[in-house]
Parts: sequence; structure tokens; C-alpha cells
Amino acid sequence: MMRSNLLLSAFGAFAVLAAGSVILPDWAMFLFAMALAKGLVCLGIVGMMRGGLVSFGQGLYYCLGAYTATLVAGSFGVSDIFLLTLLSAGVCLLVGAAFGPLLANYRGIFFAMLSLALSMVLYGSLSKMSFIGGTDGLNIAAPTFLGWAPEGRPLQTALYIYVTALVVIAGTLMRIFFDSEQGLITLATRDNELRVEYLGASVRNVMSYTYVFGAVLGGIGGTIAVLALGHVDPEFAFWTTSGEFVFVAILAGYLSVPAVFVAAIILEMVRSFSNLYFPNTWQLALGIFLLAVIVMLPNGLGSLVRRRKEDAT
Amino acid sequence: MDLVATILVDGLIYAGWLFIVSVGLTLVFGVLNILNIAHGSLYAIGAYASASLVGLYFAAGGDAVPWGSYAALILAAVLVALVLGPLLERGLLRFFYGRDEVLNVLVTYAVFLILEDVMKLIWGVNPYFVYEPYTLLGDVEIGPLFYVGYDFAVIGAAIVVGLAVWLTLNRTKIGKIVLAVIHDSEMSETMGVNVPRIYLGAFMAGAFLAALGGALTAPMISVTPGLGVNVIIVAFAVVIIGGLGSVPGAAIGAVMVGISRAASVHLVPEAELFIIYFVMAIVLLFRPEGLFAKTQARKI
Amino acid sequence: MSQSVLDVRDVQKSFGAVTAAQDISVSVPEGAVYSLIGTNGAGKTTFVNMVTGYIKPDSGSITFGGRNITGLAPRQITRLGIHRSFQIAQLCNELTVEENMLVAGAIHASGRPSFLRSAHDARARERAVATLERFRIAEHRHRLIPELSGGVKKLLDIAMAMAGDTKVMLLDEPTSGVAADEKFPIMDLVIEALRAEGVTVIFVEHDMDIVTRYSERVLAFYDGRIIADDAPDEVLSDADVRRYVTGAPA
Repeated sequence: MMRSNLLLSAFGAFAVLAAGSVILPDWAMFLFAMALAKGLVCLGIVGMMRGGLVSFGQGLYYCLGAYTATLVAGSFGVSDIFLLTLLSAGVCLLVGAAFGPLLANYRGIFFAMLSLALSMVLYGSLSKMSFIGGTDGLNIAAPTFLGWAPEGRPLQTALYIYVTALVVIAGTLMRIFFDSEQGLITLATRDNELRVEYLGASVRNVMSYTYVFGAVLGGIGGTIAVLALGHVDPEFAFWTTSGEFVFVAILAGYLSVPAVFVAAIILEMVRSFSNLYFPNTWQLALGIFLLAVIVMLPNGLGSLVRRRKEDAT
Repeated sequence: MDLVATILVDGLIYAGWLFIVSVGLTLVFGVLNILNIAHGSLYAIGAYASASLVGLYFAAGGDAVPWGSYAALILAAVLVALVLGPLLERGLLRFFYGRDEVLNVLVTYAVFLILEDVMKLIWGVNPYFVYEPYTLLGDVEIGPLFYVGYDFAVIGAAIVVGLAVWLTLNRTKIGKIVLAVIHDSEMSETMGVNVPRIYLGAFMAGAFLAALGGALTAPMISVTPGLGVNVIIVAFAVVIIGGLGSVPGAAIGAVMVGISRAASVHLVPEAELFIIYFVMAIVLLFRPEGLFAKTQARKI
Repeated sequence: MSQSVLDVRDVQKSFGAVTAAQDISVSVPEGAVYSLIGTNGAGKTTFVNMVTGYIKPDSGSITFGGRNITGLAPRQITRLGIHRSFQIAQLCNELTVEENMLVAGAIHASGRPSFLRSAHDARARERAVATLERFRIAEHRHRLIPELSGGVKKLLDIAMAMAGDTKVMLLDEPTSGVAADEKFPIMDLVIEALRAEGVTVIFVEHDMDIVTRYSERVLAFYDGRIIADDAPDEVLSDADVRRYVTGAPA
């Protein structure tokens, strides 16, 4: 895609999404904000999927970001959403940069299970730390926006617009990365690591980069989620939370960026409708849905709009 | 000194339980090359089925011969394997053989999600208690400490299971065939081995072991929804430490995890939940494919 | 005689009980075309794998342009200018021919691959297509790898290896998996392209007609050792080579 077209579609996407703040009822705006926040986490997984890795432990950064924001807000009285996001992203960047090069030596289920184990370590530790709430978790106050402290509908709207802006920025940057030299090398790594090494590139670096991107996106997603919910608990890092992120990533596929957010919104809608009408069978519905996606859309929703061959011409 | 003994005994009891729930997982991976998240669901269904059967047993006048409840526990595991084994393997998993390992993890994750709700539909959301088999064996005194006899029976069961699996694989004809299939299923097929039947048999054996783990655990706990969620993650850690597909590996992994957890419970209780993954991360750091995995370089 | 660019000294390698390389010493002058012959398992691919870093020798040294490269990783050796092709072409099957070439370009063209610069921009494509044209496979550029013939795959494999600043090229059986009538045209094309850039070439080959036609010097491998190292005619008439390698009547 040409750069100018990309910018145009980014503005278009932002306009459409932002229009939601006028049209959507409160409950739907909350649902969309949560879906988009989780979509950011899933976008990180999709980035790794471009390189052939699937992280089953993205809850680690989702949780880490949420706790960072909550603890900073609680201890230092920081309530500015920009600052909180930046700090969470920074912490996740550091942690991701520490683990990335280690995990980058692993492939397939070993990578999946190790990343899962790391998230469970965080889950286990947080559950036992009673001084920060243990399994009950912590509450966080409503955010402010550069000094502005909205309440009620304006707060909801501001949060929604904020996540929308982040989604568009992150999505645009991700697309630029996908199309870049490093992005193409990542895609080649998914296909044939040996070839990439024998062309002189470091597969380990490729994997580390995508891992760190995923960590930062996970942290930002977690920050938005905790601000929307007002509460965080160790379940943010539990493996079933990560499982849902993987679900969205698989539903979206690795070909298209917007598909990630569409998939995240679909999942949140299915969840809230199931909760309403079939509270005891929503996992069943989810499981069948997942199987159907794997069988019928192995490359995800993205493959409906973006075929590889057309991509090339 | 007492502390060391306590840690060892607690650790071994936990290890026995861990081995029973993990050995089936590693066996299924070895043969089918599928890391089965639904193993946790089979464990939970085993627990529910045994709670129901033991309950039925005592309701039907089993008090006269309380030992019969042990037969009911095992029967429950057999039933789970007979019903769900073929259903899952023939009905679903066989269509995914040879596909990407991570994709197959997702397939079994879907099965896990489905079974979680199926259990709620069958058994409801209220807890089940079947304490009778747990108290039957009385207490065991070791020095100044008392243990419930049933806990030791779990270690015994683990040893029996381990020996049975090992002897079947290494000392019987069918076991040799299974090992051949693990080594190279295509080659075995051309040698006249009925590979689909071996796959089905291995999966049913794995399902039985998962359900047996649940059935043996049911008397020790209250059986509630969400039982399988934690078990599967611990079992993953054990089989990954030991090397995927290795039965001795699962035994060593179970003992390592069991002892470290017991040590942590007594020494650093805050670390109880993460010690398991910590051990796993350390092992993988030094042996990227686990302790007993065979590594092979790719030929180019 | 020109200066040697690649020096292999007393290299040993064994896998368990199997000796894959024993006292291997070779020195290859710059710009030369060498071929390696020998039966399967004689140690030819092990030689290529050691020089390019896929396996590390147990002992001995490999120097390239005066620099010791023994035990370096493949990507480091590649970065220095020693490139290789594979017995089975190593390509990205989900990508098109042109995209495969763009991958090679993305890695080599700009020193450090960028996170921002498009890998598909007009300049990158021009360069990719130019290389494809040099190897006469540009017409296939929009096709996916599994649709290609063996010969086109081999050429693409070599073309990708040529995207960087190649000083030495090791070709592992460039004509295996290639239709019989394509073998000579492909070798003509490849050797001409490599010579045009002054690249030193070492190729593994089973076909003695190709060996005699394209190489200046032949190394005959048997049982992990080099049993002959000379001009093609000399090597092919050597009694040991006839007995152990070519099977031709003495």
C-alpha cells in the first residue's frame, strides 16, 4: 500500500470509529473501548504470528501494564492518562526487552508454553501479594486528560476517543512495519528461518523485535482496560485471558491489521450477548466458533479482504 | 530434619498426583504429536464421573462394602475413556494430524472450552463431595506427623501407573509397535501397522489416565467447575520439564515439581504458585527441549 | 598464481563414530571455480556446511581473506561475503518469486534493514527484478514457489544468495532436481553470472560432464578425506578416484 493511501485510510478509520462516540449508547461504548483495548494486545500477537510465533502468555503484559498504571496512580497520585499509558508502555518495554532475547530462542509450542509460564508466574506472584490486593486486586480512580477531569458520559467518551486514537496510531505503525524491510524479513522467517539466516539476518533479532512490540502493545491495552473497568486483579495474567487474546489473533489472521480489531469486537459482542442469554454456555459457543474458524478460515478474517497474491502485484 | 522429612513426604505425595495427571499428556503427545489442553477437561470429567458413581454406589447400599467405592472410582475413569476417547480422537483430532503443533493446541483449547460448559450442563455448578474413599484407609503416622493413608495410596497408584505404562511400552508387542509409531508413523504404516488404531488406543489410554487422576482426586476435594483449568497448566509444566513424549521424563518432572512446590510451601509460601513455572523456565533455559527429549539437527 | 581467498587447514569433524571430515586442507585462489565430487556421505556437504557455519569443526581452522571464521554463525559468515545455495532450494513458499528476492534485497541492500522503509518500493523492486532477469527467471516473478519447476527454484535460490556482496559462492548440487536438458543451460547461466562478478565458486556435483566442463580444479572426497586435488582430467583419471568415486573402469 502507498504511504498516502495508508494515511488516508488511517484518518478514515479514526473518523468512523470516533463517530461511534456520538452514536453509541453507554454500554456499547464501554464494550467497544474494552474490545479495542484488548485488540491492541492481540495486535501484538499478530505481529509475532507474522514471524511464526504464537504467544500464549500475552496476559503477562496486559496484567503488567494494568498493575503499573494502578500502582502509579495509587502511590503517586498520577491520574493523567497519557502519562499512565507512557509509564506502563515503558515498564512493559523493559520487561519485554529482558525476556525477548531469551524467548526468541524457542519455537512453536515451546515458545507458546514458556510465554504462558511467564504469565502464570506473574499471576501466581500477584495472587500471593496481599499488600497489593492479592487475588482481590486493586481499584484505580478515573483518569484525567491533561488536567481535564470529566465524569459520566464525557469520561466514557474521552476514554473511547483516546483508545480509538491509540488503535489507529498503533494499527498504522504496525502496517508500516509489516510492509517494511524488517517486516518482510519477519514474514520470511515464518516461512524459512534457514534461508533468512543464510541471507545474513538474525532470526533471533527478528523474533525479539516482534516480542517487544507485543509487550508494549500488551501494556497499553492493559492500561486502557483497567481505566475502563476501574479495577484490576491477577486474572489479567491468567492463561485463559491469554487464551482469549490468541483466539482473537487466530480469528483475525496475520494478513490484515483492521481484522484484528474487527475480531476483538466480534468476540466482545459474542461474549456480552452470550452472558445475557446463555450464561452457562458461552464458552461452549466460543469453542465451537474457534473450531469453525480453524477449519474454515485458517488464515483468519484478514484472508477475506487481503489475498496474498493480490498483495504482490 | 523434620522439615526436610515433611517436605519430602509432601513433595512425593504431590509428585504422585502430578505424575498420574501428566503421564497421559506426554503419552498422547508422543504418539499423536498433539499437546492436549482438553486433558485438563478429561481430568475434571473424571472427577465428576467418579463423584457421581461413588455417590450412586453408596446410595445403592454400598456402605456394607465401602471398599467397593474404589472400584467405582476406577470404573468412572474407564467410562470416561471409553466414551470421550473415541469421540474426540475419531470425531475431531484425526482431521488435524500432521498440522502445525500450535494450531493443534488451539484445536484442543476449543475442545477444552466446549467441555467446560458441557460439564456445567451435566453436573450443574454446585460442588460435589465424596469423602468416604478418602477416610477408608485411616491415618499413617510418620514420626511426629500424621498423614491420611489415602494420600499414600496416590503415591502407590502413581507407581503402579508408571510401571504399567513403562512395561506396556517396553515389554509387550503392542508397546513396541507404539514406540515404532512414535519414532516414525509413516514408516510404521508401510510396515503394516494399523496406525489409526494405535492413535485411537494411545488417546484412550491418555484419556483414561487423565480421568483416573481426576477420579482419584475427587474424594480429596470438592468437585467444582473450573477444576481442569489449573491442572492442565501444571501438567504442561511437568511434561515440558521432562521432555515432551517421554514417560521417564514425566516421572522426573513430577518429582522435581512436587518437591520444589512442597519446599516452597514450607519455606517461602509466597512462591507456591509460581515455583512450578520457575523450575520449568530454569530447565528450559539449559535444556531447551526438556530433560529427556531427543534433539535432532535438521539435514540440509 | 593469485592469492588464496579461502583457506581450510587440518579440519576434523566426526558425528559419533562417523568421521565426516578428516585432515581436510584446501586453499582456493580468488576467482577460481572448484568442484567437489564424491559418493553420498563422502563429506562434500559437510565441507560446505563447515565453511558456511552450519556445523562447527571439531578442530582445524577456516580462514577467509586472512580472517579466521572458524565457528562463526551462518549469518556472520554470510555477512562477510561467503554465500551458499542448497541441495534442496531454501525458499519462502508462501511468498512469490519477486517477494523472495525482495527479502534478500531487504537484508542486503541497505546495511541495516529498516522498520520504516518499505520493502516493496519502486527502487527495491527494480533491483529485485534486475537480479531475476540476470538469472532469466523474471517472467515467473508473480508466481508462488510451489508452482515452480526444479530448475527455476534452483536459480532463485542462487539469485537470492547473490543479492549481497558475494565474494565466495558455495553451490551444493546446483543441478540436482533439475531436468536433464536444463542442466547445462542452468550451469552456463550461473557460472557466467558468477564469473562476471569475479566471484570464487565451489560447487558440489555428481555429473562428471558438468565437473569437467565448468571447474578448473576438482577435489575428490572419500570417507571424509580428500583423496585427490588437481585439474579435472588428472583427478578423473586417478586410480583411487575411479575406484571410489566415479566407478569408471580403470
